[in-house]
Amino acid sequence: MTATGSTAGAETMELAQGVQGRSLWVDARRRLFRNRAAMASIIVLGLITLMAVLAPLLSAYAYDEINYDIVSCAPGWWPWAAPCSAGGSHWFGTDAVGRDLFVRVLYGARVSLAVGLVATLVSLLIGVLYGATAGYLGGRIDGLMMRVVDILYSLPFIFFVIILMVLFDRNFVLLFVAIGAVEWLTMARIVRGQTLSIKQKEFIEAARAGGVSSFSIIRRHIIPNVVGPVVVYVTLTVPGVILTESFLSFLGLGIQEPLTSWGVLISDGANEMETAPWMLIFPALFMAVTLFCFNFIGDGLRDALDPRDQ
Amino acid sequence: MLLSIRDLNVHFHTPDGDVHAVKNVSLDIAESACLGVVGESGSGKSQLFLAAMGLLAANGRASGSVKYRGVEILGAPQKRLNSLRGSKMTMIFQDPLTSLTPHMTIGDQIVEALALHHKMPRGEAAARAREVLDYVRIPEAARRMKQYPHELSGGMRQRVMIAMATITGPDLLIADEPTTALDVTVQAQILEILKLLKRDKKTAIALISHDMGVIAGTADQVQVMRHGEVVEQGPVDDIFYAPKQPYTQMLLAAMPRVAKGAVPPPTLTGDALLEVRDLKVSFPVPQGFLRKAKELRAVDGVSFTLHQGETLGVVGESGCGKSTLARAILQLLPSDAGAVVWLGRDLSRETREEIRGARKNFQIVFQDPLASLDPRQPIGVSIAEPLKALIPGLSQNEIRGKVRGMMDKVGLDPGWINRYPHELSGGQNQRVGIARAMIVEPRMVVCDEAVSALDVSIQAQIVALLKDIQAETGLSLIFISHDLSVVRQLAHRVMVLYLGRIVEMADAGALYADPRHPYTRALLSAVPTPDPRAERAKTRVLLTGDMPSPLDRRAQLTFLKSKRIEDPEAEQYRPQLIEVVPGHFVAEHD
Repeated sequence: MTATGSTAGAETMELAQGVQGRSLWVDARRRLFRNRAAMASIIVLGLITLMAVLAPLLSAYAYDEINYDIVSCAPGWWPWAAPCSAGGSHWFGTDAVGRDLFVRVLYGARVSLAVGLVATLVSLLIGVLYGATAGYLGGRIDGLMMRVVDILYSLPFIFFVIILMVLFDRNFVLLFVAIGAVEWLTMARIVRGQTLSIKQKEFIEAARAGGVSSFSIIRRHIIPNVVGPVVVYVTLTVPGVILTESFLSFLGLGIQEPLTSWGVLISDGANEMETAPWMLIFPALFMAVTLFCFNFIGDGLRDALDPRDQ
Repeated sequence: MLLSIRDLNVHFHTPDGDVHAVKNVSLDIAESACLGVVGESGSGKSQLFLAAMGLLAANGRASGSVKYRGVEILGAPQKRLNSLRGSKMTMIFQDPLTSLTPHMTIGDQIVEALALHHKMPRGEAAARAREVLDYVRIPEAARRMKQYPHELSGGMRQRVMIAMATITGPDLLIADEPTTALDVTVQAQILEILKLLKRDKKTAIALISHDMGVIAGTADQVQVMRHGEVVEQGPVDDIFYAPKQPYTQMLLAAMPRVAKGAVPPPTLTGDALLEVRDLKVSFPVPQGFLRKAKELRAVDGVSFTLHQGETLGVVGESGCGKSTLARAILQLLPSDAGAVVWLGRDLSRETREEIRGARKNFQIVFQDPLASLDPRQPIGVSIAEPLKALIPGLSQNEIRGKVRGMMDKVGLDPGWINRYPHELSGGQNQRVGIARAMIVEPRMVVCDEAVSALDVSIQAQIVALLKDIQAETGLSLIFISHDLSVVRQLAHRVMVLYLGRIVEMADAGALYADPRHPYTRALLSAVPTPDPRAERAKTRVLLTGDMPSPLDRRAQLTFLKSKRIEDPEAEQYRPQLIEVVPGHFVAEHD
C-alpha cells in the first residue's frame, strides 16, 4: 500500500514537470479509442461507406442495367434455389427486372447514408445552436424562439414536402432540406430543456464571474454538457431519417428509379420475400448493420464525453 | 438495554470493489437516553443505523448482531421489521421534503398512517394528529394540517417529520442529521423539541450529526466515528473535556467556536476599495395567471464600505439576501437602485463590456465546490478560464506556468491539471475554486458560503488558506456565511443581515462580545458550541416560529413592532441604522 503510494507520488512529481494540459476533446478521443464496440462500429461503417463510394469499381454490372433473361435470379451460391443459367456472378442475385442486386445495394447505401448523415447533421447544427441560444438567453427571447418552433411543428410534414416539390421541382437536395427542416425542431426542444437546467448550475455563474462572454459560455460549458442526450437523440434520428426517406420514395416524392435507396430496396424486397428472399435479406442486412453501428458509436461518444463515467 | 449492537459490519458491493462501510461497531442505547454519533462525511455513521433498521441499499450486506430489548432483529423478516419500524423505532432524516409525499396535505399523511397501520378511526386519528403537531410546537396546527409540504418552511417540515415519527410513542427515535439543512435559530428550536421528547416522553434518541456542537448540548453518551470504525466512546463530558484519541482532539480543535479564541483585530488602515450605497435588488414573484407579480425585496437598502486588506463577514439565515447581495456587488445580477462604487467607478451604471474589463479585480468562490466546476473540464482548464477571458494575449506557456504556480499555492499537486472534479474530494475541489478566483490576482474576493459544505477539519484548512493568501497579497474578502463561528475566525468586521437589511454592523470583537440587536443576540445564542456544560447552562434566546416571509412588507419590522402598520400591502417604515458606539451600527428595535 505504502510502496505503491510512494511510487505514485514520485510519478506525479515527475509528471508535474512535463504534464501538458489536455482538453475535454483530447480526453474524449482517447476514451473513444478504448471503447471496442464503438471502434469496431466505426471500422464497419467506414467499410460500408468506402464500398458505397467505390461501387462502380466493385461490380461488373451497372446499377441500371436491365436484363430480362435473369429476372429474380438467386445468387450463385444460394443453396435453396436453382441458380440462373446466365447469372453465375451476381453475388446477391438479381431483382425483378434482372438488375444486379449487389451494385444496387451499394448505390442504395450512397443515398441512404447521405440522407441519414446530412439531414441529421443539418438538424444537429440548427437544433443545437437554436436550442442552446433560446435556453441560455431565456425570458422573452426564449418564448419567442420556442413559439416559432411550435408553429413549424404544427405544419403537416407531407404537406410541407409536397409544397417544396411543387415549388422547386423534384430534386435530391430538397430531400435533405425537407427532412432536416423537420428534424431540428425536436433537437432544439431537447437542447433548450437541457440548457435551462444547466444554466442554473453554479459553474455557469462562475464562468460569468470569470469574465467569459456569453458565446464562449454556450460553446465551452453548455454544449459539452448537453452532448449526452443529444448524442442519444442523434443515434435515434439517423435510422429515423433513413426510414423517412424510404417512406417519401414510396409515395413517389423521394428517390426515383433507376436510382435507389435502402428503403426502396427493402420495400421492393418485402413484396417478393416468399419467392426471392435475397431481395429483402441483403438490403435489410446492410441497413441493420449500419443502424447498429450508429447506435454503438452514439453510446461510445456519450460515454467518452462524460468524464464521470470512467 | 433498549438497543444493543454487537460487532456490526456493513459491506457494500460496488463495481469498484467491496466497500467496508462499518467495521465491527458495538454500541448500546439505554431507555430514554440520548446517544450522539459524531463523525465526518464517509464515516459510516448513517449506514450503521440504516443497517440496524434493516434499511440498507440493495447492494449492502450487514453482519453481526442487533438486539431490540434482547430480541435479535438483524435479518428478521420484513413484516416484523416493518411493525417495529412503524411504531417502536422510528427515524427522521436530514431533508424532510423528500420524506413527505408532495401531493397529500400534512394532516392526511398523518391520519392515513394512523388509520392504516394502527386501525384507528379517522376522527380519532385527526384529533391525535393535532395533539402531536401542537406538541412539536407547530403554531396553528389545525390550519397547518390542511397545507401541503411545499407550503411549509424547512423547520416546520422537520417538526412534522418528528410529529409523524413520534405519534405512535416509539422507544427510540433515530435522528440522522435532523438539523443540518436548517438555520441555526430553527436548529435550536428543533433540538429543544428533541430534548423535550426525551424528558417528557422518555423516548431514547440516537442523534447522528457531523456537528460537535449539536451533540454537546443534547447527548448523554457520545460515539466518535471515522472510516467506519468507532474511534472513541464515552459520556459526553469525558469526550469533550478529556478526549483520549488524537482524532477526537483534532475534531474538537478544528471546531470553530463562537465564544472563544481571538478575533482578527480591525484593520481600517487600508484605502476604501468598495463602497456600496443603499443597494436594492428585487425579484418579481408571479402570483398566478393575470395577477400582478409581487415584489420580493431580496436586498433592501444595504450600505457599507470595504477597505483594502479587510475581511467583512456577512452573516444571516437563509432568505436574508446575503447571496443576492454578493451577486449584485459582483454585477452578476442587476440592481434596482443604489450604487456599487469600485475605486471611484460606479459599476452599476456601466455597460457589460466595461464591467467585464473590471472583473479581473473582483472574483467569487462558491458554496458547492463540485457544482461550481464544469464536470466536463479538467481542473487545469477551469482554473485557466478567467485568465484567458480577462487577460488576453498570454501565451500557452505563460498560462500553464501561472496555473501550476497557483495550484501549488493553494495546496494542489500541479500534476493534477488533467484531473476532473469528480476525481477530487470536496476540500480539493474548493481549493480549485479558490485557485480559479485568485489566478487573475484580484483585489477583492467574495466567498459565498465557501466552507459551509465541507467537513470541519477541511473547513479549518480552507480558512487558514484564505488567511494566508490575504496576508501575502493584501486582498480584501467579503466572507458570507450562515455560521457565526466560522466568520469569527477571519472577519475583521461583521455585518448581520435580516430580510435584506443590515440589523447590526460592527468590528468583530465588538459584535461578538457586545451584540446589541435582539436578532444578533438570538443568532449568537442559537449557535451550538462544543462545550456540554456551557450548553446545559445556556438559556437560549429562542425566536418563536419561523422567519417571516420576505414577501410580507411587515416582516422587516419584526423587531420594531411599535412602528408596524398592520396591512400586508402598505409601505412600511424601514428601521434605520444608528451608530451606538463609533463603528458599531445597530438597527432601530423595540
